Amino acid sequence: MPEAVPGTTATTAADGGAPAKRSLGTGPGRLLVALYGIFTVAAASRSLYQLIAQFDRAPLAYSLSAVSAVVYGFITFSLVRGGEGARRAAFACCALELLGVLGIGTWTLLDRSAFPDATVWSDYGMGYLFIPIFLPVTGLIWLRRARTA
Amino acid sequence: MIDALTIAVAVTALALAAWCGFAAFRDQPTKDWHFIGMAIVSLLGIVQLVIAVVQLSRGQSPDKGTALFVAYLLGAAACVPATGFMSLSERTRWGSATAAAGAVVLAVLEVRLFDIWGGGSA
Repeated sequence: MPEAVPGTTATTAADGGAPAKRSLGTGPGRLLVALYGIFTVAAASRSLYQLIAQFDRAPLAYSLSAVSAVVYGFITFSLVRGGEGARRAAFACCALELLGVLGIGTWTLLDRSAFPDATVWSDYGMGYLFIPIFLPVTGLIWLRRARTA
Repeated sequence: MIDALTIAVAVTALALAAWCGFAAFRDQPTKDWHFIGMAIVSLLGIVQLVIAVVQLSRGQSPDKGTALFVAYLLGAAACVPATGFMSLSERTRWGSATAAAGAVVLAVLEVRLFDIWGGGSA
């Protein structure tokens, strides 16, 4: 059964007319695609640069940044691709992302000596205006609502 | 880098963000006037890219590394056009919100660019 989502007429219209394939990246999903895309580029270019130019300084931090870039990239791809399989995969990745932000955020606060340099998810994403912690929560809510019959 | 240009890009980007954000708030898609605004901000971003590359080729170098600086320059030039195209095919309030988000990111990138160049000394 398609869920009747109040307030998002665009989503319900898309669900009615087009197949479910397109529904993940439209409506509010479009904003999510944009933000995830921006974070993919930001995290990927940052970690690539740091891994190549200054790996010795903080290998753990830079590797974790690279992992976050991969997660962001996969979610972006899934949102654009659409469909139930991609929705589930993106849902799992958003949950992983949330755990990552919370885990690494706590880890960086507890054990500062392990991190000579910051990761994307240090201090719960403070260096990125805390967007990294809001993004997975929003993503999980959106992916739950976007579920189609 | 020319500080005045960096500030101009940041301020126009914030104005664009507010304008598109207002459209999203009023449940409206981006319209022709919004796209003209995005074109102006994008043009400023490209002018900035060209001027910065000219200055780099003259031997001036940013405080915190040329590679980092160029990466941020490219990101700054690309982000408003990219989100603009995304809002072009999303004719709802969410298209406006996407364009606004892109403009906010541009403003943040300008702050970082100012920082990386070594703010004030140009």
